[in-house]
Amino acid sequence: MAVDAGRYALTLSPRTRRRKLVNLLMQALATLAALSAVAVLAIVIVSVAQRGASALTLDFFTKTAATFGQSGGGVANALVGSIVIVALATVMSVPVGILVALYVSEFAPPSIAGVTRLALDVLNGLPSIIIGIFVYGLLVIGSGQAAWKGSFALAIIMLPLVARATQEVLALVPSTLREGALALGASRWRTVLGVVLPTSVGGILTGTVLAVARAAGETAPLLFTTSIAANAVTWDPRQPVLSIPYDIFVLSESPDPADHARAWALGLVLISFVLVTSLTARLLLVRYRKRLEG
Amino acid sequence: MSVVPSTESLPERRRVGDRFGDLFLHGLTGAAAAAAVVLLGAIAWKIFQLAWPAITKYGLAFVTRQGWDTVHNKFGALDLIWGTAVTSFGALLIATPLSIAIGLYLSELAPRGARTVIASLVELLAAIPSVVLGLWGILVLGPFVGEDLEPWLHRHLGFIPLFSGSPENAGILVAILVLTIMVVPITSSVCRELFLSVPAELEQGALALGATRWEMVRGVILPYTRTGVSAAVLLGLGRAVGEAIAVTQVIGAGHGIHWSLFVTGDTLASKLAEQYQGAVSNLQIASLVYLAAILLVISLLVNLAAQFIVRRFSHEHAGQN
Repeated sequence: MAVDAGRYALTLSPRTRRRKLVNLLMQALATLAALSAVAVLAIVIVSVAQRGASALTLDFFTKTAATFGQSGGGVANALVGSIVIVALATVMSVPVGILVALYVSEFAPPSIAGVTRLALDVLNGLPSIIIGIFVYGLLVIGSGQAAWKGSFALAIIMLPLVARATQEVLALVPSTLREGALALGASRWRTVLGVVLPTSVGGILTGTVLAVARAAGETAPLLFTTSIAANAVTWDPRQPVLSIPYDIFVLSESPDPADHARAWALGLVLISFVLVTSLTARLLLVRYRKRLEG
Repeated sequence: MSVVPSTESLPERRRVGDRFGDLFLHGLTGAAAAAAVVLLGAIAWKIFQLAWPAITKYGLAFVTRQGWDTVHNKFGALDLIWGTAVTSFGALLIATPLSIAIGLYLSELAPRGARTVIASLVELLAAIPSVVLGLWGILVLGPFVGEDLEPWLHRHLGFIPLFSGSPENAGILVAILVLTIMVVPITSSVCRELFLSVPAELEQGALALGATRWEMVRGVILPYTRTGVSAAVLLGLGRAVGEAIAVTQVIGAGHGIHWSLFVTGDTLASKLAEQYQGAVSNLQIASLVYLAAILLVISLLVNLAAQFIVRRFSHEHAGQN
């Protein structure tokens, strides 16, 4: 049989070869892009760890800042301040966030649910400094700064995060569970509080932890609400307190290398907390979702 | 609610209790939802109320006036709007192709086992607090940009006005790079989900017709997700426009309008973060909040546009299935 050798040859035509080459090139570029993002993450973490680790001593955590002109000293007041602010913000935002999510997924008619969801998404997209100025105008003007006012600002940032996370979990609760409860004669509110909410508690918890991790690193809302503070440890939320992110912000603007060293150490503390909590929460969330989806 | 046929009727007390409980929980959750919506309105109202003295004094001319003179109480927003525009669009210009590429890698190329790991690493980038990124930006990235990147750009591309001028450790270019790092995880994770939502039969159809992977991406995935990707970019823009802390740390608080990316500058948000304790006169405070009002309007427009596109996109594709 006379076969056209050129047509069935195993070598590629120039056109095909070019297409394959372009394909390979694009795949390489996409891989490179993903690698570069991971590399930036690694570079940031390593730089912070390298520069911050040496300053982390027991004194660093238990003492307040050294008075002007002296070296040493710690960040105990900022550490305690951050704990107070974030804990209070969590207490303020989590109940409201859960209630909003319950309304949207269990009670609201579709149109109102849509409006609420849109409002939450827009709230989530607002620059955090705007929220700081809002709380400054609402609570600080006239009566001064206080830790709880900073917490209020952080709570506004956490609210859409908690509500969104809760909503997503509530949507995963199988409708058979709800129907089962209703069919047994349970009323709506007993179904929600006794069946739906307990089933989703794991997801709500991880969502809350992610929101806490985000709030712990926020600086902008605290500038106007709790930044002018005494250099002493206080657990009183009615006093203005320092916080870790605000301290880093101030120290990073200073020309003094000793201040930079403290900023790096604080950065390491903050980044470790944020990364460890958000990583754990994410892993738990994945496991929890798998179990719920069966 | 309970329509279960039962031989015994429920005790009257429980029925009343249930009706009250239903009403109470409905009301309580509804009040919380209403509070969230009202909060949004309250934020806008309060910002405009605080800015009102400056709004009535300067009017809209504030937007087009240059300079921030605290001695003579003359304020204008043009420099800052320019700085915001340059840094945000610069960051988007780098972040958009990068995010699409990362999204494609994670949805099409990455080996199955590594997929979720790499995806969560990219998302962890978004978890780094902006103040830590700013610290890194001014002390590590800044010196690299000022001593290596900018001289290199100047040597090879100095004929372009963007790369003219003398290199500096703090400035617009550093801010653009830091913002890029903040925008990429947001945009790329949205892109990845969009790309994963493309129906497999469309992708396989293209491959069965002999398309290479890249041709399938260009011919099927990108056209299918175009609107969604534009919403992802808008979400990134919203983030870049509103970032105050990290930008303040790296941008160097300059003024004026320049073509060069090497010079120091300021954005709406960074000006607010710089001046938080420095404002003395009432007019100065009102002018600062005027900046916040401009920022609020921009970010509301960007976010609403993004949400509008997202909602329409999901409708469109829900209709097709």
